[in-house]
Amino acid sequence: MTDKRYVRPYGDTTGDGMIQTSFTLPIPFGPKADGAAQQLANKMGMDPAMVVHSNPIGDDFTFFVVYGSVKHIVDMDDVKVVEREYPLLSPSEVNTTLKKVLRRKLVVVGGCIGTDAHTVGIDAILNIKGFAGEKGLEYYRELKVVNLGAQVSVPELVRRARSEKADAVLISQVVTQRDAHILNTQEMSAAFREAMGDRRPLLVAGGPRFDPLMAGELGVDRVFSRGTTPGEVASYLVHAMQEKKGVAA
Amino acid sequence: MALLDLDPKVVATARKLAARAAEPVVSIAKAHTTVAVERATLRLAGITGADSTHRAGDVPWVNRVIDTVREQCGLEHGVVLPAFHALKEHNLATLTELAEATAAGQIQFKIPAGKDLTAAKKAATSAVAKGLKTVDRNRAQRDKLIHKLGDPAQRPWIYLIVATGDIDEDVVQAQNAARAGADIIAVIRSTGQSLLDYVPEGATHHGFAGTYATQENFRIMRAALDDVSKEVGRYVRLTNYASGLCMPEIAVLAGLQRLDMMLNDSMYGILFRDINPIRTFVDQRFSRQVHARAGIIINTGEDNYLTTADAVDAAHTVTVSQLLNEHFAHEAGLPDHLLGLGHAFEINPKVPDSFRLELAHALLARELFPDAPLKWMPPTKHMTGDVFNGYLLDGFFNLAGVLTGQSILLVGMMTEAVVTPFLSDRDLALQNVRYVLNAAGSLAEDFRPAPDGLIVKRAHQVLGEAVDLLDRIVDDGLLNAIADGTFGLMKRPAHLGKGADGVVEKAEAYFNPASEMLEAAQ
Repeated sequence: MTDKRYVRPYGDTTGDGMIQTSFTLPIPFGPKADGAAQQLANKMGMDPAMVVHSNPIGDDFTFFVVYGSVKHIVDMDDVKVVEREYPLLSPSEVNTTLKKVLRRKLVVVGGCIGTDAHTVGIDAILNIKGFAGEKGLEYYRELKVVNLGAQVSVPELVRRARSEKADAVLISQVVTQRDAHILNTQEMSAAFREAMGDRRPLLVAGGPRFDPLMAGELGVDRVFSRGTTPGEVASYLVHAMQEKKGVAA
Repeated sequence: MALLDLDPKVVATARKLAARAAEPVVSIAKAHTTVAVERATLRLAGITGADSTHRAGDVPWVNRVIDTVREQCGLEHGVVLPAFHALKEHNLATLTELAEATAAGQIQFKIPAGKDLTAAKKAATSAVAKGLKTVDRNRAQRDKLIHKLGDPAQRPWIYLIVATGDIDEDVVQAQNAARAGADIIAVIRSTGQSLLDYVPEGATHHGFAGTYATQENFRIMRAALDDVSKEVGRYVRLTNYASGLCMPEIAVLAGLQRLDMMLNDSMYGILFRDINPIRTFVDQRFSRQVHARAGIIINTGEDNYLTTADAVDAAHTVTVSQLLNEHFAHEAGLPDHLLGLGHAFEINPKVPDSFRLELAHALLARELFPDAPLKWMPPTKHMTGDVFNGYLLDGFFNLAGVLTGQSILLVGMMTEAVVTPFLSDRDLALQNVRYVLNAAGSLAEDFRPAPDGLIVKRAHQVLGEAVDLLDRIVDDGLLNAIADGTFGLMKRPAHLGKGADGVVEKAEAYFNPASEMLEAAQ
């Protein structure tokens, strides 16, 4: 595959810029509503824009589906994302490396903090059942996993991380209303800094609405977003442990 | 008509085992009370309002009284004896006045004896009877409105969720949803309310991902739905959550404000909220007795097991939980027609034959509980953010619902796990339901799974696994099974969990007129 620097959306022909979108406007259904949708689409950079469907929702709202070509162009050189900074290891490679680096099991404490009861994410990573065909961290011989489950309070998490002598703490946040995922994570990282200072465990946050670029803002070492597999997390933990040992040595 | 040819002997064995597994837990529930049961009792006896001067914010008066009684003379005799004795001793007119005096430090609670005991019992009984009378009146009023306005024209009933955080916005959304075809409106609670050990007061406008359950919010929403019921010509039901640490109190408030359905699972709080198992079973029993009295349909939460465990591997845990929920409900006086046992469409769509497996599980529930208004819940775990695929999956969910005769259909949103639904998402979701109902609403008539086909075999297999698991639970004890992570993979030991300190062993002379009247009614 060639490296393209400038890209536009692809409908059915290279460079056609075609996208589709849908939205609701708080106005009654009719030709004027369609015109309003057309205008909005134009202002969004869709030109030409086709309002291919509209229907009323009650008396006061209209729903639209719009197709059209956007004039915008993406410059790939300006796209910044967190690239995986560590090699992806198989479970046996993870086990052998950890054995060599630590000479003991690596302790991982995980849970959903705050009022979040959605354990889907943390369980996908920790439970032996795993995710996307990869077994969860419980499957790794050299990892000791303590899954605290849902709605763990921050003080409880700190206490358990201490008593288990956790090397890494994984928290998962699914509920995002009013930025609860951000506030909860910041509260967690602050509590670890306060309680343990530099001796705090590695802090890892995960959830579908996190941006990996937010690690600094959240006060954690690494952020994982949608679609992360247990293997990626395990590989990262190995990498981070090696770094830590390297610094200490 | 029975399509699965389930062996009645196996079904009877399953029920017998569920009863045996539940028995020790029922005994524990009868031998204990909780702060929440005592608060619920005082609420029935008429206490309302909150202490707005407390530094912790609005603390309900009922919490002030219970906490003080517990401090001064314990709760093992129940709260009503010391409370009603103090009422008389201090010549106070209402429980709210008693609460104010309690907060001011003017009351020294004690367990009355002799004539005082008889007087306190009598006064408490008449106050609680008044509360139950309101519950009875509401039940009669519901029956009257249903008679006048009618039930939904079709089955399943269409169940829609609103969750804005602001009760006034909820009213707008709920009324619009009813106009668009919703038969049942559920107001989701603010995230984490289940872990509050008090019920907030008044109309509220700032919930997180939901709206606080308060008596005033209940009243506002029920009144709004009464208005829209007249407009749409059918009785629109209102649902909330009797779960978490205040389960019994919320059940009482629901009875006092004529709510129609309440989420009320026997184990959900234990497994998913890490609430103490004993606390949950005690609270659950009382709240179900209240629901039985109020004619409220309970909704159980078996869908949740499948969000943490695999929906194929764990299918039998749903059946086991349904059987346990059924037994606990019957034991508390709830008849079949008030048992909205839950189950969900959560099999990974990539699994071959996933739809046939869903049909097998859904039919199994239907045939095991023929008279229960089963609640059929939409996919959430495999809703990935690809809203287009999600919409298709919801269509298949709707089809499975009508094909297997489900009673209550919780409308799935394609934006599940992405955002709280847009107005348009809800509209599209209802279009999806209407299309399926219109195109295939009577398809069950033609649906005859082959006697030796995958659907029938799978249903038999799941029932068999459920019986095996129940057998093990009877051997281990239900509390141990919960501690071992049998349900939803959560391990919850009986002595741990939130709210454990609110459990009190009843004394010989424990007195609670609400429990007595509710038990007597059974």
